[in-house]
Amino acid sequence: MFRRKVRRLGRFLKRRLRWPIRSAGLNFALAYGLVFVISAGAFLSFIWWNTTGQLDSQVEIAVQVDAVDLSHRWAQGGPSALSLAIQDRLDQNVDDDELYLLVGPDGRKFAGNLPGWPVVITRLDTFYELAIKRDGFRTNAKMHAYPLTQGFRMIVGRDVRGRQLVRHVLTDTLIWAWIMVTLLAAGGALAIRRIFRQVVHSIARTTAAVAQGDLSQRIPLTGNETDLVGQTVNTMLERINRLMDGVKQVSNAIAHDLRTPIARARARLEDANRTATSAEELHAAIDRAVMDLDRVTSIFEALLRIAQLEAGARRAAFTVLDIRPLLEGLSELYEASVEDAGLRLDFRAGAVQPVNGDPHLLQQAVANLLDNAIKFAPPGTTITLSVDMQGERLAITVADQGPGMSEDDLGRASERFFRAETARNTPGAGLGLSLVQAVMSLHGGALELKAGEVQTGQPGLTATLLLPVVPAVSKKG
Amino acid sequence: MRILLVEDDPTVRAFVLKGLREAGHVVDEADNGKDGLFLAVSENYDVVILDRMLPGGIDGLRILETLRGQKNATPVLLLSALADVDERVAGLKAGGDDYMTKPFAFSELLARVEALGRRGRPESAPQTRLVVGDLEMDLLSRTVKRGGEKIDLQPREFRLLEFLIRHAGQVVTRTMLLERVWDYHFDPQTNVIDVHVSRLRQKVDKPFDKPMIHTIRNAGYILRAD
Repeated sequence: MFRRKVRRLGRFLKRRLRWPIRSAGLNFALAYGLVFVISAGAFLSFIWWNTTGQLDSQVEIAVQVDAVDLSHRWAQGGPSALSLAIQDRLDQNVDDDELYLLVGPDGRKFAGNLPGWPVVITRLDTFYELAIKRDGFRTNAKMHAYPLTQGFRMIVGRDVRGRQLVRHVLTDTLIWAWIMVTLLAAGGALAIRRIFRQVVHSIARTTAAVAQGDLSQRIPLTGNETDLVGQTVNTMLERINRLMDGVKQVSNAIAHDLRTPIARARARLEDANRTATSAEELHAAIDRAVMDLDRVTSIFEALLRIAQLEAGARRAAFTVLDIRPLLEGLSELYEASVEDAGLRLDFRAGAVQPVNGDPHLLQQAVANLLDNAIKFAPPGTTITLSVDMQGERLAITVADQGPGMSEDDLGRASERFFRAETARNTPGAGLGLSLVQAVMSLHGGALELKAGEVQTGQPGLTATLLLPVVPAVSKKG
Repeated sequence: MRILLVEDDPTVRAFVLKGLREAGHVVDEADNGKDGLFLAVSENYDVVILDRMLPGGIDGLRILETLRGQKNATPVLLLSALADVDERVAGLKAGGDDYMTKPFAFSELLARVEALGRRGRPESAPQTRLVVGDLEMDLLSRTVKRGGEKIDLQPREFRLLEFLIRHAGQVVTRTMLLERVWDYHFDPQTNVIDVHVSRLRQKVDKPFDKPMIHTIRNAGYILRAD
């Protein structure tokens, strides 16, 4: 019962006592101010404590030295010598801060400037600090009583009014100093908060502008530590910009390349609907429209597949595989159509290491290259499909003796929907090499395109797929 | 054949239904997963065509898993708008026998459904000899004869012809040939399959009076005895 109550109270406190300030800048400033004020307080307290302690101990040492000296006098000459010594000291004491009293066994005063033995002083082994009356003034004194022989007793002390004064002045000074420091800390905290806000605002302004759609905004770099954040954000913005450009370019291309066959199909159907005079004509128009729509579908599928590959989410089917049988199969599949097109297919395979990859995707990539070669190579020429090691990487090469490509076109060949001027009249959508490129990036490989030298009489295009190989020896443990 | 079609889109359903009935099949239909599952488990079909995504909480894969859970081995063809290869793998893993993505050509669907229906029929014993008309194929000695005359075939041509003979009287599409004979799952831009078939024709049909391999426009090929 009781325990539950305690727990409930704990929860309640936790809820109620949660730090109320949300602003990071303010918290930062407060923490700064607090640390400043506390450390200044500690520092000043230490000065105060040390100084006053020093003063105290100085008084005590002086009293003790005095007492020892006087005890010697007592030992040498008894009451009269001591009285003389005390009188001497009092006479020489310019500051008028020394206090003495010598009393006999019956309590009679023999010498000294204290009016009588203070009632409070009963013990002879400790210092007393009391208020006494002297020459009509009230003052503070620090005193110690000492026993002497024959029942005599002695008090040695110091008037500490001066020291008290010093302590007061010191305390006042330190308190004022602390107040000043606190004010400075508050000012500093405010300044820090301001700087903090400024920095955050500068980044926030830019990002807000970007969020509004103005992608050209960049965070101004000022040369301080926040540049690290600024630079990172700027780099991120650059990348977003580039991606946006890519998306824009692709969506323009989609709009054009998908719209064209759709428009064609629509026109055919509408035209047939209005003007066809026989069922045959109608059927022919519909068949052609269906073919146009199939083309749209295949472009669509290719685009989706490229997007999927670029997202890098398709490594599930990866396996360690020997490329040679895969290429032999493709070579066998394509040999017939190559010969049908009046070409020759030359397949060469060197000794190669296995690669880690998706066999279907690699087949597709090589098939796309072969399709291209068949499409562009003039009859009577040879297409070479070869595989070999190129340094640490495996290289699959498809080389034709077709027209090749210009330097500019080579650079853009793997862009989506790009088609070289000379290829305008051949069937295709300009997605084949984009897909090859995507397959290669997924495999951590590269697609290299090289046009043959026209001068050396060796025209054509050489497409090379470079793939990282699986290390030959892969012992585990 | 008795076929069950589970498809929620009315246009596609009507289109497929009409086509299958015209081809001489008896077709039951369902437009949601619940009815589809009920029909699939309570009736006996030769082939079930299942749309992958269905309204009403029970989708195509659930129906398929339930069927297979009950040891029901009816061939199932999955239809899906999800062209993703992983989706395809998921469909086949769940026990699907074939997978087609939308949009599809009806001829392709019909060819695949008929191929599946034939596969569903139990074979009495492993065949060693296939005969269609005067064409014979010996699977053990891997020889082919037509009218008693021996025909020399490359290994791949042999497999192509074997596939055609096993599906004699049925239309087989180019995609089916690419998938089943070559085990490739991509879409070649060039007419690779046509070239292979025409080479086969050179050997199987050309020297004889009557061609057996016929081209079906917009669909594929068919091997017939007559």
